[in-house]
Amino acid sequence: MKQMPILTEYILFPGQTNIAVYKENGGYKAIQKAIPAMTPDQVIATVKQSELRGRGGAGFVTGMKWGFVPKDPALTKYLVCNCDESEPGTFKDRFLIEHDPHQLIEGIILASYAIGAQLAFIYCRGEFHKGFKILKKAVEEAKAEGLLGKKINDSDFSLEIIVHPGAGAYIAGEETAQLNSLEGYRATPRLKPPFPATNGLYNKPTVVNNVETLCNVVHILNRGADWFQSIGKPKNRGTKIYQISGHVQKPGCYEFPLGVPLKDVLEAAGGVTKGRSFKACYPGGSSCSLLTEKDLDLSMDFESLQARKSALGTASIIVMDDSTDMVKVAHRLMEFYQHESCGKCTPCREGTRWVVQILARILRKDGYYGDLKTIRDVCRNMEILPFCPLAIGASPPILSAMDAFPEEFDSYIRKNPNADKPPKMKIAYPYM
Amino acid sequence: MLKDETKNAINELMKLYPEKRSALIPALHLAQAEKGYLPKDVQAEVAVLFAIEPSEVLAIVSFYDMFYEKPVGKKVVHICKNLSCMLRGSDELLEKICTRLKINPGETTADGEFTLLKSECLAACDLAPVLQVNDELIGCVQDVHLDEILGEKGKG
Repeated sequence: MKQMPILTEYILFPGQTNIAVYKENGGYKAIQKAIPAMTPDQVIATVKQSELRGRGGAGFVTGMKWGFVPKDPALTKYLVCNCDESEPGTFKDRFLIEHDPHQLIEGIILASYAIGAQLAFIYCRGEFHKGFKILKKAVEEAKAEGLLGKKINDSDFSLEIIVHPGAGAYIAGEETAQLNSLEGYRATPRLKPPFPATNGLYNKPTVVNNVETLCNVVHILNRGADWFQSIGKPKNRGTKIYQISGHVQKPGCYEFPLGVPLKDVLEAAGGVTKGRSFKACYPGGSSCSLLTEKDLDLSMDFESLQARKSALGTASIIVMDDSTDMVKVAHRLMEFYQHESCGKCTPCREGTRWVVQILARILRKDGYYGDLKTIRDVCRNMEILPFCPLAIGASPPILSAMDAFPEEFDSYIRKNPNADKPPKMKIAYPYM
Repeated sequence: MLKDETKNAINELMKLYPEKRSALIPALHLAQAEKGYLPKDVQAEVAVLFAIEPSEVLAIVSFYDMFYEKPVGKKVVHICKNLSCMLRGSDELLEKICTRLKINPGETTADGEFTLLKSECLAACDLAPVLQVNDELIGCVQDVHLDEILGEKGKG
């Protein structure tokens, strides 16, 4: 399958971050087309018809999410753009905001118009110092040209955008945790229902959309829902920015129609490191089950990966070659989840810690055969009992590595002369 | 004490949001930019500006990775240790930086020049291995770049 740059068509065009260049390349045409010529309901209907699904990981149908927002004009509504990109292996949003910020702003204007929000926020990951400055400048430029502010395009629609910095917390990418963070609290998730569409920021109806999702809206409005429907596969329409990193020759962002075979993305990235062979990859960031060589023909879409008991997630492919130590990989990833657990619920706070410490002792050659069962027990509890998706995502990368490469875990454990004794379960406190 | 300039900027930030508490995280970024870190007295000053308890400010400072409760060096070197960077040699890079600076991760050099911190994914895996030095992201880091990044410090 061939690459299909839609969102990334002008991304490396010189000066694309300037509003004048963005406009020369067809930018802000969707605003002219839709506001006020289309009603907000017509914009929602178009996005619904396109079947665009959220690009932040969960893949919820965007038009449907917008449709849940109450229509009452007396209610204040908010749009929040989720730009807290922190999933390991994911770097598409950074790419989009640093090189084509106006595409995002145009998408935010359209989405805000559709749901009736007069104030929108870009929750920008705190570490994105460069992207934050670029977004701030782009907002000022749009304001100076009357694309933001009062009565946009002589309509009754007014909009301001606040670019808001985060401060370093993976969990702030979860939408309700992001709302808490935006309100000035710890980024801990909220109980759902009620959903943000009715009770979101400051308890008002709120839509939270990912950067890439909002960028797609611009092109759907420009070229129509039928055009968008003509790309990809049923239930998986449009293009997707696949990111590939790790043991490949040319790591980067590659935009393909949804449903591209895994091997085509790998090929676009120049294949596995020279002289090495493909061992495994995480296809959707780290919070999913890994794939192995026999999955290379797999279609990279939401349903196919779910059927394989993995997930498309953010379509961030982390490739590992035959030199990779899977026990080390499992330990490193669980360290990440432990560090990023917000501490609100026990399965996540304690579970991630247990598994890190067990994997650490296996790596030290102090592991027991019984440890493998303990890891499975703890991981199962993290999958079924936690408050939010963080711990649900922490378990598959570890379990799938144990399932696909059991001999690697065994070979570490065998090095402990007392490996067949009952494991001592002593968890180190205070928290490390 | 925070400078008037910083306090004024924080007051302006509060007006930007429908509810002023939303400005707390951006305000702490400003306070830290001035002081280098956020000791208890600075946290208390910010608490007064927001009319909240100091413990509520501490709850934020202790939760988010980018806020420092202890002094840091002039240059804070964050090294990504997550999977994509690990696969491209970040562990070896970390070892070399530790040797050069003669410190362990989490520590500051005796002259107060460098603090070395391990970081989770910095969303720049196409450039792995990645360092972030203060506000600047540095990708595709190889040994030869360390002279420039760390200066003459512990050269060779």
